Amino acid sequence: MSLLQVSNLIKTYSDGTEALRGATFSVDRGEFVAIMGPSGSGKSTLLHIIGLLDKQTSGEYLFEEKKIADFKEEELAMFRNKKMGFVFQMFNLLPKATVLENVKLPLLYSHLPESKWEDLAKEAVASVGLSHRINNLTWELSGGEKQKVAIARALINKPEIIFADEPTGNLDSKSGQAVMDIFQKLNKEKGHTIILITHETYTAEHAKRVLSIKDGVIESDKPITNRRLASSFFK
Amino acid sequence: MVLKYTFKTATRALITHKVRSFLTILGIVIGIAAIILVSSVGESANNVIVGELGGLGAETVVIRPGKEPKGPTDIAETLFSDSLKERELEALKKKGNVPDIADISPEILVPGSVSYAGETYKPVILGFSADFMTDTLGLVVSEGASFGEAEIRARSKVAVIGRKVAVELFGNNNPIGEQIQIKNNKFRVVGLFEKRGQVVFFDVDELVLVPYSTAQTYLSGNDYYTQIIARAVSPEKVDGVVYDIKRTLRDLHKIDDPEKDDFYVQTQQGLVEQVESIIGVFTLFLSLVVAVSLVVGGVGIMNIMLVSVTERTKEIGLRKAVGATSKDIMLQFLTEAVILTFAGGLIGVIIGVSLSFMVSVLAKLIAGFALSFVFPIVPALVGIFVSVLVGVVFGIYPAREASKKSPIEALRYE
Repeated sequence: MSLLQVSNLIKTYSDGTEALRGATFSVDRGEFVAIMGPSGSGKSTLLHIIGLLDKQTSGEYLFEEKKIADFKEEELAMFRNKKMGFVFQMFNLLPKATVLENVKLPLLYSHLPESKWEDLAKEAVASVGLSHRINNLTWELSGGEKQKVAIARALINKPEIIFADEPTGNLDSKSGQAVMDIFQKLNKEKGHTIILITHETYTAEHAKRVLSIKDGVIESDKPITNRRLASSFFK
Repeated sequence: MVLKYTFKTATRALITHKVRSFLTILGIVIGIAAIILVSSVGESANNVIVGELGGLGAETVVIRPGKEPKGPTDIAETLFSDSLKERELEALKKKGNVPDIADISPEILVPGSVSYAGETYKPVILGFSADFMTDTLGLVVSEGASFGEAEIRARSKVAVIGRKVAVELFGNNNPIGEQIQIKNNKFRVVGLFEKRGQVVFFDVDELVLVPYSTAQTYLSGNDYYTQIIARAVSPEKVDGVVYDIKRTLRDLHKIDDPEKDDFYVQTQQGLVEQVESIIGVFTLFLSLVVAVSLVVGGVGIMNIMLVSVTERTKEIGLRKAVGATSKDIMLQFLTEAVILTFAGGLIGVIIGVSLSFMVSVLAKLIAGFALSFVFPIVPALVGIFVSVLVGVVFGIYPAREASKKSPIEALRYE
């Protein structure tokens, strides 16, 4: 049973741009998939659609065997909250809030009792190795630390899947490696499904499988044979 | 979303822009402060005037010359009307005409000053019946004696004076028996009123009371009255007395059409209603001004909230991405607008109450006017409610705009 499955996904914007022209693939639980392509290839559009942030023009998208097209706005929000985590290139943190408050943000929209929030947030922060920065305001942090906070935020509701949109794009190579290391560990040790968007082959090679996308269609779908391990970078 | 966090988020957003938030709510602050001030001072003034009129007694009926004033020019007209003279007084005194009158006296207001041994003072000089003063208005002659019917008939040059007049002219000396000068006539001071302050239309302490007959003969130089004051035997008889007075005077003046009356009759009840209606109109007008200022304030709130929504587009996108529904976003921005206006209302109430208190203190200090300060609890609650309402009304559009943003466009926004 696939976690998500898209078939013949088409997205045409109102200005006539055809961002997706029939993308088809599926992702199973526990996979670590890189979607790679040059800018304008449609990879971000694809991520937005499978991340329930946008809707396709046509084609079918099944998440956990459910037809997403039938969902109401509240249900989509609930799915994003409970089953999905997002990591963006620009971090998208609230600068005037502390690390802990940023990590808690998804909990505000969950239905978990407030008494559990503090522990969950601390646990998530610990899993990205930022426990010592817990009460810092996020604008005081380095880029790498900011992205770790974003990852902790994505993890807080123990999602089925994490979507990472160019997560290393704004980081120096060392911080980028640290972030990739976290993703690999999350995938290996905790079994999180991860979909990574990137335009760099080097970054994509940290995944287990790579989908190449060009002009809105999936060009190739290959397992990575010579996988890079971010942890070895630090040795 | 847990309400506590909605509040926390909203408060943080507002505190981040302290100056902007403050300037935004200034319109609301001023509007609400004005509501409180207007209603509180209006209420106090109303209480004072109605209280004063209460001193007139429910049985009292005032007959004035001229047409009933409907505007400022009509009042000027009454001052020069001469329709009430001795003939009218005698007619009204007849039991056959107005059976339920207990007492009646004409009143003559004389402009001018009094002097004694080089000291001059400008009091309220009133030609009246002293008995009526003491019986109906409850004034007390504490030293010396009053004058009675005998002095009125004899047109005696005697006067009963108020405390302030006595102090101004005589200092600490006893004024009883001394001669004071009013318009080239010597009047002997026979009595001194007890210190009392404001009663109905005049300050007792500034009063110089002389027999009305004497006032006509020596002071006013004409034979008409400023007004005639009558007292009905009981409050229940007032309406009947008013009816009888009107009928008697119309007969006497041969008037068929009430529109052409050359006199008018006022009762305490009528005066209270008149005062209340004047204050009511005044309050209504000011309320309209306040309403306009609140609308302007509300538009200011809306403007700033729209700016805030645009500024925080990215934040909205993020919140939606991590699971916020449109409703959550809407509630968040609406809460922000309401917190703003609520704070504005609260500050406005504090300022308004402080100003009302200051007005009451100043009124006492400067004008000697006992404007009692009552904490305006109802206007304060109304003020808070109205400010919250302004927040909801003017916050809803920006909040909707925020909630309608698609997460993708919001996240892309730079």
